[in-house]
Amino acid sequence: MSAYTLSVSPDFSPEHLSGWFIFNTWLQRQLETSLHLELYDDFDSQRRDIQLDKIDLIYANPFDAAMLVREKGFKAVVRPSNTSDETIIAVPKASLFKSIDDLTEGTIIATTHDPDVHMMGMIMIEPADLDSSNVVIVPAHSYVIVAKRLLNGQADIGFFLKEAFLDLSDLIRSQMRVLVESQIGVIHHTLLAGPGIQHLIPTISERLLAMQNEPKGRAVLDSMQISGWIRMNQEDTEFMIDLIDTLID
Amino acid sequence: MLITYHDSTSREVEIIDQEVPYPDGKLIVSRTTPSGVITHANQAFIDMSGYSLHELIGMNHSILRHPDMPAKAFKDLWDTIQSGRKWHGYVKNLRKDGAYYWVKATVIPNIRNGELMGYTSVRRKPSRSKVDSCTELYATMHPGRQI
Repeated sequence: MSAYTLSVSPDFSPEHLSGWFIFNTWLQRQLETSLHLELYDDFDSQRRDIQLDKIDLIYANPFDAAMLVREKGFKAVVRPSNTSDETIIAVPKASLFKSIDDLTEGTIIATTHDPDVHMMGMIMIEPADLDSSNVVIVPAHSYVIVAKRLLNGQADIGFFLKEAFLDLSDLIRSQMRVLVESQIGVIHHTLLAGPGIQHLIPTISERLLAMQNEPKGRAVLDSMQISGWIRMNQEDTEFMIDLIDTLID
Repeated sequence: MLITYHDSTSREVEIIDQEVPYPDGKLIVSRTTPSGVITHANQAFIDMSGYSLHELIGMNHSILRHPDMPAKAFKDLWDTIQSGRKWHGYVKNLRKDGAYYWVKATVIPNIRNGELMGYTSVRRKPSRSKVDSCTELYATMHPGRQI
């Protein structure tokens, strides 16, 4: 029997990702089927494999979820119950910028390839009349690199996924200051099932929704820093995709 | 002040010349039926509009129209979304208490299986320069009449 492939949006720190290995083993046992966890260092290589239909189950960021549902026929199964995706714009602690309105043309921005965080970051600097035409974007492969660019003086502001910002060490975080934090509440990562595994959706959702009620399942959730799952129906997913659509100019 | 809407209905409102600043980092999210009746409102919408969730649900979105907004802007909005396209614009909204707040609004049609189910509207913080130029522009577009 060929194995199904599980993947995770490459926007989390390695500590965060270790829980997904434990989850993969747990889910494999629950489904009594072979499941392989494929992790990617960057969004581009993951998207290439999505286009090649190499991924069956994916914990996707909201931006990619829109593409996966509308273009690749994926269906949402569940979303985490305790968290939504929020973006933080941070500056070095000693920065003269006290608010978004202080930012000026030519601001240097350190940002990852995480599409929804980048988009939200750009939206949050709009009130200062800034957009991609009058800022300097410095790309980074991870949020740790975004922080380094800020602390080395190579960037004025940095865009972070809130969860990733909180994952940074206390030492790094203490040298930065949060300029603004999004409070959207309705955009979140989602576990999506591709066409090849959709016959297992009833079993997957039943096991995932029940896992917080039994000790082993709860331990797996703890390792992923997720408190439980909420079922996503088709309309919940469509709503989130519509919302993302309104934010793309 | 008596506001007359595009459908000839009208209501008496108190207008206060006081802007409530749009908070950083928040998005106002609402959904309506195809005829503009509100079916979903998030906390930011409740906070900024001054209405309770109970009051907003079932109300027509036009309740937020400020008399300084030109009717032309809303006609453009409806013409655009009814043709299935996304609309962007800067809007001065009327709060329940008569004060106002400016937003950069985006509205998109919600299409499900080829059928129009309603609209999603997301509002975000506009820049002051855009608000200033829209204030000037809208003043030349015969505000205060039917909206």
